[in-house]
Amino acid sequence: MSLIDLSLCELRDKLAARELSAAEATAACLARIEKTEPEVSALLSVQAEAALAEAKALDAAGPDPDRPLWGVPVTVKDVLTTRGLATTCGSKMLKNFVPPFDATVVARLKAAGAIILGKNNMDEFAMGSSTENSAYFPSKNPWDLARVPGGSSGGSGASVAARQCFASLGTDTGGSIRLPAAFCGTVGIKPSYGRVSRYGLVAFGSSLDQCGPLARSVPDAAAVLKVIAGHDPRDSTSVNQPVPDYEAATRCCDLQGLRLGLPEEYWGEGVDGEVLASCRAAVDAAVAEGATVVPVKLPHTPYAIATYYIIAMAEASSNLARFDGVRYGYRAPEAANLLDMYKKSRTAGFGDEVQRRIIIGTYVLSSGYYDAYYRKAAQVRRLIRDDFDRAFEHCDVIVGPTCPTVAFPLGQMTADPLKMYLMDIFTISLNLAGLCGLSLPVGLGEVSKMPVGLQVFGPSFGEERILAFAGALEKVLPGLPRPAAV
Amino acid sequence: MKINPDDMARIANLARIELSPEKLALFAGQLGDVLTYMDALNAVDTADVRPMYSPVSHHTVTRPDTVVKELARADILAGAPEDDGAFFIVPRIV
Repeated sequence: MSLIDLSLCELRDKLAARELSAAEATAACLARIEKTEPEVSALLSVQAEAALAEAKALDAAGPDPDRPLWGVPVTVKDVLTTRGLATTCGSKMLKNFVPPFDATVVARLKAAGAIILGKNNMDEFAMGSSTENSAYFPSKNPWDLARVPGGSSGGSGASVAARQCFASLGTDTGGSIRLPAAFCGTVGIKPSYGRVSRYGLVAFGSSLDQCGPLARSVPDAAAVLKVIAGHDPRDSTSVNQPVPDYEAATRCCDLQGLRLGLPEEYWGEGVDGEVLASCRAAVDAAVAEGATVVPVKLPHTPYAIATYYIIAMAEASSNLARFDGVRYGYRAPEAANLLDMYKKSRTAGFGDEVQRRIIIGTYVLSSGYYDAYYRKAAQVRRLIRDDFDRAFEHCDVIVGPTCPTVAFPLGQMTADPLKMYLMDIFTISLNLAGLCGLSLPVGLGEVSKMPVGLQVFGPSFGEERILAFAGALEKVLPGLPRPAAV
Repeated sequence: MKINPDDMARIANLARIELSPEKLALFAGQLGDVLTYMDALNAVDTADVRPMYSPVSHHTVTRPDTVVKELARADILAGAPEDDGAFFIVPRIV
């Protein structure tokens, strides 16, 4: 087996045993980037020299048992700040922005010994489901270059699937980790709100955003989650609870007696036949190992998208007010006065989808409409959370398709924003409720031969539970081959 | 819901974004479609439901009031479109 096909955990163990050097691992990934990047376009920047220098420094110092990702090459979504390395958020607005500080999750990766190869492409300011909203270029799906990798962490999904790195950090406001994970055939974890620090994560929807890993297996993703999770005094919404050994959780249990909740709203109309078939086969595999199936109801599901987009756009319009051409980012030349400078800078710096969301957010928060939209959505949000609380009284985890379809062709959805928003139907409720979830690849669609993701929902701070289930299920599923197109 | 161009222009001004007449018309149509979709929430009875603004409980987090100099002024100003070595410079306000 070639180095790049090792799992993250296998690589880590070989590095620790000095069977491989960090420089070898880094060089292998950089070579792979050189080979695949012209086709998949997963990265906005690559820091080859700095990464190799870091790897050589690690090799000179020797493995350190206190650094759990010692020598492991990773990539990071370009919405997370990296000290001295450009952080664009996929936007022209931040084209030349070089942050003077690391996001807490980036600092934790570095402290754990991970080597950051570069920054992943994304939908501008994480707004999108296909990575076609990047102001730079669209990323491609390594399974079929004519299809999208999903979004908004599409560069992360494509990078991991193309074996450019062993894991990537993405962010998830309404499905932006789980959707690209499903479309690219990787594992992606959306941690519970408050589990992972958001310090240095350029804010989109502050009550929804979470950072999490994409990787090629459940234990690999769990190993990264363990490093980035935990309380951070710099993020007042991060919760001070101990971080369990997530990787151990993935190997702890079998499926005997586990109760799987299947929400009727997620398993019927509107889901493509091949997606349903792959997800049902995965559930059948779990049942064959002793799990039981429990029907559950999430009756407010039909209202989730409207609720989500009101809240997310309201929060976005408020968060993105900071981009005014004063302290960082793009400033339009030749403005007549300060107001003119704000307007010209924001108009030239933001792409269409970002402008659209800021405007809708401004509308729903504007005088006379606040109660009808924002407050109403916040009330329905509680009802959606209550649905989950009731469902979890009857089951251990909830499972359903991550997305109604497999990855769609580039350009298919761009003309109709609302149609694109509907792709998030199964992922957004989790962010509204603040719960944890992951997407697990369960096979290739019979017709499209594209990856299908099964989504596993857990209660708030129930990461161990979903990882135990997904780890056990992953073992009994056949697994995916290397993506066909790269 | 129909959004007329005047409403659209008012909202764009609040958002500090300039829209060309073509984009104004395009966004007005799309905003109308999205708002119509969002109006579906009116079918949900939310009398007596407490709004949920965040998944974690809201309380004020405090820390000791001590000065910590983590970043140098020069590093912060390095990202600014215009500065004079000490402050951010903006177009004349008054």
